[in-house]
Amino acid sequence: MGEVTTNIPESKPAVPMPGAENAGDVQDAKFKSRNVDVFYGDKQALFGVDLDIRANEVTALIGPSGCGKSTYLRCLNRMNDTIDICKVSGSIELDGMDIYSNALDVVHLRAKVGMVFQKPNPFPKSIYENVSYGPKIHGIAAGKTELDEIVEESLIKAGLWNEVKDRLDEPGTGLSGGQQQRLCIARAIAVQPEVILMDEPCSALDPIATAKIEELIDELRANFTIAIVTHSMQQAARVSQRTAFFHLGYVVEVGATEKIFTSPDDKRTQDYITGRFG
Amino acid sequence: MTDIVMDSSSQPTNHNQDRATRASEAVKRGLKKRYAAEKRFKAYGIGAIAIAMGFIAILFGTIISNGLPAFSETVIKLEVNVSEEIIDPTQERDPAVIRAANYRKVIFDDFRALFPEVTARRDKRDLTKILSSGTTFELQRLVTEDPSLIGKTIILEVPVAADFDLYNKGVISRDVGEDDRRLKDKQLDWFDTLVEKGMIDTRFNTTFFTNADSRDPELSGILGAAAGTFFTMLVTLMLSFPIAVAAAVYLEEFAPKNKLTQIIEVNINNLAAVPSIVFGLLGLAMFITFFGLPRSAPLVGGMVLALMTMPTIIIASRAALKAVPPSIREAALGLGASKMQVVGQHVLPLAMPGILTGTIIGMAQALGETAPLLMIGMVAFIVDVPGSITDPATVLPVQVFLWADSPERAFVARTSAAIMVLLGFLVFMNALAVLLRKKFERRW
Repeated sequence: MGEVTTNIPESKPAVPMPGAENAGDVQDAKFKSRNVDVFYGDKQALFGVDLDIRANEVTALIGPSGCGKSTYLRCLNRMNDTIDICKVSGSIELDGMDIYSNALDVVHLRAKVGMVFQKPNPFPKSIYENVSYGPKIHGIAAGKTELDEIVEESLIKAGLWNEVKDRLDEPGTGLSGGQQQRLCIARAIAVQPEVILMDEPCSALDPIATAKIEELIDELRANFTIAIVTHSMQQAARVSQRTAFFHLGYVVEVGATEKIFTSPDDKRTQDYITGRFG
Repeated sequence: MTDIVMDSSSQPTNHNQDRATRASEAVKRGLKKRYAAEKRFKAYGIGAIAIAMGFIAILFGTIISNGLPAFSETVIKLEVNVSEEIIDPTQERDPAVIRAANYRKVIFDDFRALFPEVTARRDKRDLTKILSSGTTFELQRLVTEDPSLIGKTIILEVPVAADFDLYNKGVISRDVGEDDRRLKDKQLDWFDTLVEKGMIDTRFNTTFFTNADSRDPELSGILGAAAGTFFTMLVTLMLSFPIAVAAAVYLEEFAPKNKLTQIIEVNINNLAAVPSIVFGLLGLAMFITFFGLPRSAPLVGGMVLALMTMPTIIIASRAALKAVPPSIREAALGLGASKMQVVGQHVLPLAMPGILTGTIIGMAQALGETAPLLMIGMVAFIVDVPGSITDPATVLPVQVFLWADSPERAFVARTSAAIMVLLGFLVFMNALAVLLRKKFERRW
């Protein structure tokens, strides 16, 4: 536990993982998932997922297409609710509170757990309106000046302020792909969430924009808990402290990124990482 | 055995080469045919468009050539001595007396004085037929409004009777035998005399735009029908737009996808295909007979047309809502917006151009609708311009129908002119739809 307060996860020794399946069990978990099954109609997409996501760390979810990593991510802020045929069972706790219980309103949950999507999806409104939208609907800002502050702060944190400060009233859709994605991150940050979920945030971006986003993710780790789905092994290795490998709806292995990428316990993880399948 | 093996190993190469050459030749041979087919297809397309354009040209050509004469009217400048003896013999200037005075005599006396040679009773009557019945009303109006005119000589500029208007425009010709036309030779001579005296003039037909319907073609206009159309469309828009958009938003965004909503969907789509006269019957049975709403009123007409327009708007709105990319919804939901906020603040504004286009197209449909309005009595002959949604009224297409049905020849031009006005409205609304779509179209 002392390790947590130092808040330098890279220097931490790998959490001892006796087996692959229960490897998610950590003490300082922000999200604690136990036995999560997800069904799309008759088709089961996730099988008994046990996974913990630690606070102020970047957890990478990797695995071949269709393995359920995005589905899992979307369980964490209940975005799956929007799909009629999607059924989630098991327990997912955020700070010890079941997010699927009636006690927690989904709007409240999503205010705490922000999301950045695969394709940059700014609103077709001005840059300012994009960032201020979240604080506005939640009534976070007390007045115009505070709202301005939040917008500026969020854009600074997202590393976009210098590029857009003179044209806040221009449409967000007019920015480049990488800028749009950073705008979406700024928009998520503006709500002051505790967790940011990122669903392949760089898959639509060029390498330079990707590098910027990765840098940004590393900076954001200081204030936010981040879970990122990625198809790029290098990206997972670069930005994350812990990695979970999904395969066919199961979590095969969870552990410190270093360990997963150097000496995975499971053969399937080894095969996937070395590019033998997926 | 060995021979066969040898053969089979060398043959495939030859065979493949052969096939390649043959294939390329076949392609060459086929090319000409393919290009010919393409040319033919293009020619069919151009032909189809040419035919369509030709018919449109004929349609517009006929309507415009028929309707243009209605935009000018023949007027007579009549010098009238507003005799005090006839109008107000008591000299008390009592409004009731002034209003009830014999203006006809004043006008006829002065007009007949222009033709002293006409003495026979019958001829005198034929002579005054040059004047429209509106002449007396016009003088009555002027004098009632301004009694100081009594005793003075004023110049009235009023339309001539419709048949003489047609003669002046060349529609009725002297070449036709006297028995085959409505005007006698004598009447034509008198009219020609008036023309020589410079009392006849042709001017832009303002009467057509300021009057409601009338039995006298020269006094009839489209203002009544236009006002009726305005009130009817107002009711239609006020009812159909909010209800249809609400229905579309609910069905598209909130309703669970189950059997019941499917049935509702199918029924809405079917409703769009129901013959419009059926809606008229429904309006008659429900709104007039059951609810006791006034007959011939824009209120009921608007309600019936709203029923008819709603499916169109619902279908267009749902398509527009569907076209909003899911990524926008996800973005807003991901920020913690409630369903209502997502729809109200993001989806609906983005779908608005499509919804407005659908609404305008629906309204344009309603604008041209005649059949259901016949059923609820909006086909009545109404001389007053309606002032509210409960006044008896008629609408432009019904006015076209009424005039087309009238025996007077002068209504032919007015029918076409009314069609032109109606088409003008339609073109305007469609242009508005295009403009709105262009203006609010946003890319994401």
